[in-house]
Amino acid sequence: MFPFTFVKAADERSALDAGHKGARYIAGGTTLVDLMRETVERPDAVVDINALPYRDVALDGGTLRIGSLVRMSELAADARVRREFPVIAQALELSASAQLRNMASIGGNLMQRPRCLYFRDVSANCNRRSPGSGCSALGGLNRTHAILGGSDQCVATHPSDLAVALVALDAVVVARDASGDRRIPIAQFFRQPGTTPDQEHDLRPGELIVGLEVQTGPEQRRSGYLKVRDRQSYEFALTSAAVALDVTGGTVRAARVAVGGVATVPWRLPAVERALIGRAAGPDLWSAAAAHAAEGAKPLTDNAFKVDLVQRVVARQLATVGELP
Amino acid sequence: MHAELNRRTFVVGASATVGGAVIAGSVLAGCDAESPPAQGQTTVVKMRVNGADKELEVDNRTSLLDMLRERAGLTGTKKGCDQGACGACTVLLDGKRVNSCLTLAVMHDGAEVRTIEGVAENGRLHPLQQAFIDTDAFQCGYCTSGQIMSGLSCIQEGHAGSDEEIREWMSGNICRCGAYTNIVAAVAQTAKET
Repeated sequence: MFPFTFVKAADERSALDAGHKGARYIAGGTTLVDLMRETVERPDAVVDINALPYRDVALDGGTLRIGSLVRMSELAADARVRREFPVIAQALELSASAQLRNMASIGGNLMQRPRCLYFRDVSANCNRRSPGSGCSALGGLNRTHAILGGSDQCVATHPSDLAVALVALDAVVVARDASGDRRIPIAQFFRQPGTTPDQEHDLRPGELIVGLEVQTGPEQRRSGYLKVRDRQSYEFALTSAAVALDVTGGTVRAARVAVGGVATVPWRLPAVERALIGRAAGPDLWSAAAAHAAEGAKPLTDNAFKVDLVQRVVARQLATVGELP
Repeated sequence: MHAELNRRTFVVGASATVGGAVIAGSVLAGCDAESPPAQGQTTVVKMRVNGADKELEVDNRTSLLDMLRERAGLTGTKKGCDQGACGACTVLLDGKRVNSCLTLAVMHDGAEVRTIEGVAENGRLHPLQQAFIDTDAFQCGYCTSGQIMSGLSCIQEGHAGSDEEIREWMSGNICRCGAYTNIVAAVAQTAKET
């Protein structure tokens, strides 16, 4: 790890000031400390934001507001979240381990960096870590990599489960700097690699995530998360699906579907949603709609299995959520 | 070899003798000795560890784990992967289980830490420690202090209601000897008794 200066921000103004001058924000630290030790991240200055007041979860009318410093375990345990947004609670509890969920913040969860082994290995080529150096994953071990949203520069998957649920729910990211607040629809927050894989998100230099907003609704209440991985627990997704359905009188009225583990960003599936809305709920519909889940997929040498897997995971989770009592 | 020479004093003594360059208690302990901290890159932190107040100047890079092991002399907490993948370094930080390898000591000025050394009371093992012995819940023992710290939380959080629930909520602690069946039994037995 390279040396750095450290300051614990006593208030928001001093934190934003430090961030504006180039300091890295640290909250839970579970990604940043790990990558600093691997020398993937080399900040000269780190500013601890844990004393800032972004700690509350509030349900006002139909809007859930989540402070960015709320811990994953706290949000997952919140009774209102479990009732109104089962998909959020499930995505969180299927993430990481109990220890990591006690540490990791909600804002930091969105800022996780890829788990691609070439990104984490400073002796390998990686356009995301070192633009222009090439991508060792394209001709290397890419079983866990993306079949959707990749480019000839980068095919790393986004690691967050929570973000998949939030993309399905059209959450809004609230970002702040000295000039004020910016409300970023989460679908615009995450950037596909394209020709600039080092630009992973929409935050400006020094901007800080202070919270998230999600709207309640009937389909949000009937929702859930399925995660398929190499072992039963404490592992990143090979493929996951966040599904929210409003089924009234046997007909699908609203559908929200997003998948993780298969794309470079949390991946919404509008074609699957269109195939669901207005049709009669049932096994035939689930499999017909899920057949659209891999549209546009470009498998790599080792991950063609994800083309089938993503369709099966979506079908299974549509059935699970669609047939809830 | 006299009677008081246990494994711990032997290991500590041997490393001090063999590793002449390793200075016990150095501000650099656990960090990259190739790049020593400049002015402004060390910080004084105060913590209450197992009920005792500690005040230490640490290199900002020092993890909570390295501070406990290398600076506070509490080597019961183990370093396994040092990247949050194994759980051997689990401690209770302000009452909650965390991976001490993935957090910086400087972030926890004023915090209360409990390690495996602070689990037994008045010379009596905690029921969970006794249950690990009774159910044969370890082989090499390297993961055990992390398993016990995590198990204490698992029970206290109310996540030890069934073997299935224990397996899920203890999944952050890897045992490469594969003593999982008996670890689950130790946690389940203690949850029922306490």
